[in-house]
Formats: sequence, C-alpha cells, structure tokens
Amino acid sequence: MSERTTRVKGGRALSGPGDGHAVPAPSPATQGLLPDEPLAELAARHGLTLSSARPGPGVYLRQLWQRRHFVLAFATARNIAMYSEARLGQVWQILTPLLNAAVYFLIFGVILDTRRGVPNFIAFLVTGIFIFNFTQRSFIIASRVINDTRELIRALHFPRACLPLGYIVIELQQMLISMVVLIVIVLATGEPITWYWLMVLPAIALQTLFNVGVGFILARIGAGVEDVSQLIPFIVRTWMYASGVMFFIPALSTLYLHAKLSYLMQINPAAVYIALVRNSLLTSLRHTVAGYRPYNRQLCAAGLHQQAHGVLHPALLNSCHLVVGNSSLWLYGVGWAIAAIVIGYLFFWQAEVTYGRG
Amino acid sequence: MAAADPLVVVDDLNIVYRVFGSRADRGTAATAFLRILRRQHRPSVREVHAIRGVSFVANRGDAVGVIGRNGSGKSTLLRAIAGLLPPESGAVYTTGHASLLGVNAALLDDLTGERNVVVCGLAMGMTPREVKERYQGIVDFSGVGDFINLPMNAYSTGMGSRLRFAIASARSHDVLLIDEALVTGDAEFRVKSRQRIEELRAQAGTVFIVAHSMAQIEETCNRVIWLEKGKIVQAGDDVPGIIDAYLAATGGQPLNRGNAKN
Repeated sequence: MSERTTRVKGGRALSGPGDGHAVPAPSPATQGLLPDEPLAELAARHGLTLSSARPGPGVYLRQLWQRRHFVLAFATARNIAMYSEARLGQVWQILTPLLNAAVYFLIFGVILDTRRGVPNFIAFLVTGIFIFNFTQRSFIIASRVINDTRELIRALHFPRACLPLGYIVIELQQMLISMVVLIVIVLATGEPITWYWLMVLPAIALQTLFNVGVGFILARIGAGVEDVSQLIPFIVRTWMYASGVMFFIPALSTLYLHAKLSYLMQINPAAVYIALVRNSLLTSLRHTVAGYRPYNRQLCAAGLHQQAHGVLHPALLNSCHLVVGNSSLWLYGVGWAIAAIVIGYLFFWQAEVTYGRG
Repeated sequence: MAAADPLVVVDDLNIVYRVFGSRADRGTAATAFLRILRRQHRPSVREVHAIRGVSFVANRGDAVGVIGRNGSGKSTLLRAIAGLLPPESGAVYTTGHASLLGVNAALLDDLTGERNVVVCGLAMGMTPREVKERYQGIVDFSGVGDFINLPMNAYSTGMGSRLRFAIASARSHDVLLIDEALVTGDAEFRVKSRQRIEELRAQAGTVFIVAHSMAQIEETCNRVIWLEKGKIVQAGDDVPGIIDAYLAATGGQPLNRGNAKN
C-alpha cells in the first residue's frame, strides 16, 4: 500500500521546473498521475463506480422518494415564478380555467350547440374541459421539461424523474384549484351534493398516475427530439375532439350505427377519466344514462329509419346509445394508469444518464 | 496528507460531441424545407473529439487544477467526471456523485436567490431541516445581502456565481468540480472561497478547478493537469513547474511568484 502510494503521490517522470520551457510532446511518460496497475482494477479495489452508471429501477425509485421534498419545492417555486410577471399574479390560477370554460361554452354551447342529449350542459362541458386540460397541460409541459431545465440538470445531481414529476405536481395543484371553480359551477347549475362526489378523488388520482406515466415517456422523447414538443399541442388537440370533451359520446348520432367506434372512443384514457368525474359529480347525467335502453343495433336502425320518415320513436332511439358502464370505466381507468406509470417509469429511467447532454 | 485513497479514476477516456447543423444550413425555414424535399438528413452531423484518451487518478484531499487553452477540453473533462457526458470509450470511476459548479450554469434564473438556495439544497439531497439550518450560512457566505430576495436574473455575474458557489459548497461533496467559478468574484470573495476549498479538501474530498488564472491555480491546487486538444500534455504534483511550462508554451507572462503565497 505504502509503496504504491509513494508512486502515485510522487508523480513519476514529471518535467521539473527547469526543463519545462520547451513544449513537451504528449507521451505516456508525461501523464504523471498514473499508478502501474490497470485503472479499472484500482477503481474496483477502492469501491469506485462508473460516474455515468445508472442505478437499478428499484434504487432509482428510492432515490426519487428521498427527493420528494425537492419535487414539491421545485413545483412550488415554478408555480410562483409562472405568474410573477403578471399583474394579477396568482389570481390567474382561477381566471384561466374560468376564461377557458367561458370560451368553450360560447363556441360549443351557444354557437355550435353540441348539447344534444345532455341535461346540464354547462357543468358537463366545464368538467370535460378541466379534466382534459390537466392531461393536456401535463403532456405539453412534460415534453419540454428536460430542455427547459437543462442548466439545472447540468449543475446538480439528482434523479431526473424529479423534473417531470415536479411539473406535473404544478399541473395537479392548478387542477385542484380548477376543481373548486368546478364545484361552484356544478352547484350553481342545480346539481345536488351526493356521496358519489367522493369518487372524484380516486378518479383524479388515477388520472394523475396516467399523466405522470405518459409524461415520463414524452419527457424522454422530447429531450431527444425537440420537434416532438412542437407537435404535441396538435396531437393533443386532435385527441380532445375524440374524447367527448364538449359532447356526450353515446349521444353522438353519427356513432349510432358504429358501436365499435363508439366503444373505442369511450375507453380512450382521456374519455375514461372525464366520464368517471362526470358520472361522480353530475346526478342529472346519471339519470339520463339510466333512461337509455341497452344498445341494440336493429332497434336503433329501425328507429333511425322511422325518424328519416318524419316519425319520432323515442323508445326505439333509446336503444341507440352505447354506454360503457361505470364499473368498466373504473377498470379501464385503473388499467390505463398502471400501464402508463410502469411503462413510462421504465422508459424514462432507461435514458437517465443521457439527459442534459449535448 | 493521508495515504492515497483514489476518489476519481479516469481510464483512457474519450468524449465525442455530435454537433448538428454545422455548415451549408442557414437555419431558415426555406433551407430546412429544401432539405426535406431533397431527402437529405440533418445537415452533416459533425463529430468533435473533445477528449482523446485521458487517464489519471486523483486522491482524497487533492485539489486538482485543470489548465489549457480555450477549447482544449477542460470543461468537457469536468462534465465527464460529473457523469453528465457519457464517454465514447474508456471510463470515469468516482465515489457516489461529483457535483459540477459552473460559472455559466444558471440555476433557476427567474426565481429569487432564496428559493434557489432551498430548491438546489433539496436537489443536492439535503433534508428540509438541513436546508433550514444552513440557509443563513449560505446567504452570508455568498455576500449577496438583500439581493437574496430578488430573482437571480437581476444579479450581476459575480453575485450569481458567488451564490452558486455558496450553494454548491454548502454540502461536503466527495468530488467538487469548479469551472471558472472564482474568476468573477472580487478579491474578498476569492479569499473566502479559497478557504472554503481548503475546508472541502480537509473534509476528505477532491476538488477540481478549471481556471484561466494561473495564479489562482497555483494558490489553490496541489496537482495540475495540462490539456491540449483533448490530450494530457503534463500532469503531476509539480504545480509551479507545469504552470511555467504551460505559460512558456502559450506565450504568457511568467508568474511573478512574489505575490503568490506558496
């Protein structure tokens, strides 16, 4: 030990101060800080590990848990910074969802009138917008998070998954503020308070898991290909129109004879989480759905045929609505959330050491 | 100093950057569109071989200065040691994590200094209680005073780097990498930071310093690595000797050792 020590310390074959004025050519002999044994063995003997090594998924999860305070502090700090330039400051957290709801109500409630088959359209629409907005904003922000925080990544060591998590925590905070606005609107439009309301909490918890999972995936893709974060807003907007944010999918008459398409639309994750919250909050919607008969293509076709000839037959048309039941929705909600979080976590973790490079 | 206890082992390290959009691309929408029409890929990915086969061992308690001309790979080497750049070949072995402190690395620019202290402290793995305990010490050390309540983008360059140094050095690191951090500080802060680096070394860590000021390297470091075009020209414990050789090779003025306390 001591012999090796002196060799390492002594710095063999160094140019002395006297002969240093010529430019020395690089040669192994001038690399004075090297011991004789292979470096990999030396490192292993002293318990050193590769600096760019990635911890296992379990260890990574534990590291992530250790930084939970960082995730929360980071989220709070970002949230404050986000509105610090605006004169109204934090008031925008409430104003933004309200204005959103107003714009969509003007377009879809008044101008286009997509309220077909929905008893309490304002509450229905606002629920859809707020729930979808949570997913939408989570996705957009997650796809940018690595590039936005590159300086922090390059400066400090911490599990990078903290960053998408922190950004989605911000969106969750924003979402919970929106929920307060939503509750006020729901009550103001005459819906009663029921025990069903409590089901909103697990629904949002599942949605948050789903957002985090897909957010991880988008964060990794967005870190590598910046074009993705430019594309995401368009993809998400298309998705919004397919998820029944401003209409009730079972009541969409173009889908009356396309049961499979209607089913697929209803089990897509955004539609599932929106439907779960709506079914929990809106008693009027639950009552409407209860009035529908089980879907029957023949009866529905007959009803539509009569309708085309000017005869309205509500009993037949009531068989047109393919409604995915609440228990199936919960199963899909849990399934989407677990699939997203597991795949997303592993996918993000795989590229842990590459973030912030370049 | 205690028996040699390697904390950083760099084994035949090669780092290659891939740079996009090097030439023949003015970066306008029209040229990008033409490129797609002609079915060309991203304009000529150029490879920059920034570190070429560097090997050395740094021990517990060392302060290693890294010197060299601009573009010789000094900062790249530090980032590789910090684990922020995956090596093309070769390896960097360290204990736990190395923390890189760059003078240009903004932390969270639009947040107040106060929040930066808290958030970065937590990011480095301190508990909320530790952050609370050390908060005042960090602020006092940085000397930014009342500016701590202002967003960091209102800071002068020197203030920003002082606060960053204060945050990063608040915790004892196994390996601390400092990239030009002290150059912008005023004379008083340089004295303080030198003391802090000595403390960190005493707390059994290794400190790497990249700086253009040879006097600073000589004051602070007990070993030095001279890089040229990604290769080591000289490395060793004879700090004044290597610095003299470097200054002679680059045509710089020899150091006036009358001032340097050595």
